[in-house]
Amino acid sequence: MERRSAKGWLYLLPAVAFLGVFLVYPLVDVFVYSFEEGYNSASQSFFGVGPYNYSYVLHDPYFLQALKNTFVLVIITVPLSTGLALLISVGLSSIQKLKDLFQTVYFLPYVTNTLAVGLVFMILFKKTAYTDGLVNLMLHWFGAGPVDFIDGPHWAKMFVLCFYTVWVVMPFKILILTSALASVNQDYYNAARIDGTSRSRIFFRITLPMISPMLFYLIITGFIGAFKAYSDAVAIFGVNLNAAGMNTMVGYVYDMLYGDSGGYPSYASAAAIILFVIVLTITCINLLISRKNVHY
Amino acid sequence: MNYESIERRARRRERVRKSFTYFCLVLWALMVLFPFYWMLLSSVKSYSAYNSEYVPRFFTLSPTLQNYVDAFTAVPLAKYFLNTLIFTLATTAIMLVVITLAAFAFARLDFRGKDLVFTFFLALMMIPNELVVITNFVTITDWGLRNTFLGLILPSVTSVFYIYLLKENFAQIPDELYYAAKVDGTSDLKYLLRVLLPICRPTMVTITILKVIECWNSYVWPRLITDDANYFLVSNGIQEIRENGFGRENIPAMMAAVVVISVPLIVLFLLFHKKIMAGVSRGGTKG
Repeated sequence: MERRSAKGWLYLLPAVAFLGVFLVYPLVDVFVYSFEEGYNSASQSFFGVGPYNYSYVLHDPYFLQALKNTFVLVIITVPLSTGLALLISVGLSSIQKLKDLFQTVYFLPYVTNTLAVGLVFMILFKKTAYTDGLVNLMLHWFGAGPVDFIDGPHWAKMFVLCFYTVWVVMPFKILILTSALASVNQDYYNAARIDGTSRSRIFFRITLPMISPMLFYLIITGFIGAFKAYSDAVAIFGVNLNAAGMNTMVGYVYDMLYGDSGGYPSYASAAAIILFVIVLTITCINLLISRKNVHY
Repeated sequence: MNYESIERRARRRERVRKSFTYFCLVLWALMVLFPFYWMLLSSVKSYSAYNSEYVPRFFTLSPTLQNYVDAFTAVPLAKYFLNTLIFTLATTAIMLVVITLAAFAFARLDFRGKDLVFTFFLALMMIPNELVVITNFVTITDWGLRNTFLGLILPSVTSVFYIYLLKENFAQIPDELYYAAKVDGTSDLKYLLRVLLPICRPTMVTITILKVIECWNSYVWPRLITDDANYFLVSNGIQEIRENGFGRENIPAMMAAVVVISVPLIVLFLLFHKKIMAGVSRGGTKG
């Protein structure tokens, strides 16, 4: 047994070593960092221990801007993308012809490089001296004036960010919902049809309850994902998100850590922990709501 | 009001509903595909043609490949590409070794504390990357590994989720095979390599593809750990190109670079789309 025991640990050693150094130790360390006041990364020294980093972060206008942007992004994109994905999945599961083709096409954004395709979105929305851009051309058809979506008013920038975020997260949601819809037992539908149940009633009384676990899974992961939005914003507005007024909370953490305004791991840690606490709270609220409404 | 007319009306309503469904589905398909069409189109427009179109055109009659030449000569796109290839292959290969050994230990070997460690591993799945990236950045910097492949690769060579996925698959293989191999005097390692891995190939392939996609698109960590353009991956490369590559206005060349970066994954997707979609619905997350 002793030899076998050693063998098991030997097989496990690489995984344990990597996880220990790059996952467990950092998790403890981030809390330590966040309470070390006046940490200097050059001399690795600090003045004292206390909550100053948190208070600094919470009073930083850039952080408050990032907090606001992230909340707006979450509140708009999560319901919108989930609802839209539900509509598309229901449509998708009601057809036979071309179903596979549609499914494959819809999944395409999942495998593309967020940064690269974000550039295409920027070009589509951007207004330059040479051209108003394609989106403005379309707006012009409907008689709306040109808007600079990339360097213009805040709501326009927010619109582009939300639009792109929805575009990016849709494939995953459509995929999950389509497979959830496919796994609903057909007997329920047949029974309902014999009873002459109306379509809307079938949808709200059979389909929705049957897929509600998956729907809530998507809402929870959607909230978590949207709170961590960052690379979508970089793709569209460039690295200097603070200047564009479009920073997100994760962006704030990374900017504090590295880059032109970087070099403050303590502030970054405090901001990361605040983000984590917010995400945890929202997830718990979601789980509480789902316990009341989800039928397993 | 006879039966026939009721049925005819029902059939007509059904047809309208169906047409509407297809209309909506096609609309979303266009939404998804249009950016890809636009990047391809812009990448074959010549610089002067692109900039003279105040109203952008939806097609071009004189496609040119000059932008692709520019993309490879004016900026080190080939270098970014090669870096990403090395990074992706090395990370995926090391990760496969690490997770296979760990999954085998959990599924097949007996050792003290196994259940406890496994539970602990599962708990690790909940740690968000944003929390640990700060210390990892400091660690890698302290080790002097900034701007090296080692620094890029090391933090992402383990995945608790993939260990879990593979362990579940290993555990499905009947015990008899293991005992038969033992009776024949096969060592554990040989059993793992010769018996388990071939049987579990589909799972291994899925994990590999998902990891390759993840590596190819990774942006945050490489950005933190590299500031020397010689070690940029494609994501950082495209950002660099955007900020100060061809000059801000040479959009066709930029789009050519975007096409070049996107093609490998799209090809991979077209080849393996069934596998990728099945794999993602089993446990991928994004968004």
